[in-house]
Amino acid sequence: MKAIELSRALGWELVCGDGEREIAGGVYCCDLLSIVMGRAPADCLWVTVMGNVNAAAVATLCDAACVVVAERMPVDDETLAGAKKGDVTVFKSEKPVFETALAAAKLLGLA
Amino acid sequence: MNQSGLHYHYDVPGDDFSQAGAASSAVKQILKQLGLDPQVVRNMSIALYEGEINMVIHAGGGVIDVDIDDEKITAVLTDHGPGIENVELAMQDGWSTATEQVRGLGFGAGMGLPNMKKYSDDLKIDTEVGVGTTVTITVNL
Repeated sequence: MKAIELSRALGWELVCGDGEREIAGGVYCCDLLSIVMGRAPADCLWVTVMGNVNAAAVATLCDAACVVVAERMPVDDETLAGAKKGDVTVFKSEKPVFETALAAAKLLGLA
Repeated sequence: MNQSGLHYHYDVPGDDFSQAGAASSAVKQILKQLGLDPQVVRNMSIALYEGEINMVIHAGGGVIDVDIDDEKITAVLTDHGPGIENVELAMQDGWSTATEQVRGLGFGAGMGLPNMKKYSDDLKIDTEVGVGTTVTITVNL
């Protein structure tokens, strides 16, 4: 399933990007960037509360299909610029990390 | 690609977290444009980013030189920071000397060097306390 299809089904707000990538790497949750960097699978949907510019860089470099910022945490302009430059799609979810990830996993047939 | 290969040089500013990852992102873009295996691109991107972040956090910045030839990608990260007192300890998962401020940004989980080791085919660390550190990351094509 494409990230944008998932976001529409779950009511996430599209913050930047087109969401056209397939979620082929499952759902991954973590806020510590070095752990994400080393362990997030390529093409995953990454759920985090970290909306800073470094999160955008990590998403780009570990090749996440998209980032979902849970609990509607703020995503500043610098982060958005970084995400756009790295061609990363960012969504916002109103729900906490677990609920966001669980809903995504269910739709992806992973839970 | 010819035998002489390609060379790229980057300056990494210290303590500027808004710029952290700029060099790694630029290198990733180049590797993608060269049409290299996505796994190779990802491995070098991750290893290089960890090295770049370490330079920003611990060493006041430095320089990165990347060479690409027909067989491998080599990144040499050179800084004149404090050096690493105990490399063996620094290689352990979870060991970190990062400040609380750095941890608040999501770094300092003590995974930097282990990640660099995991995602490179060869990792060489030359360090001297009070002089600086040179890290050489090699990823085979």
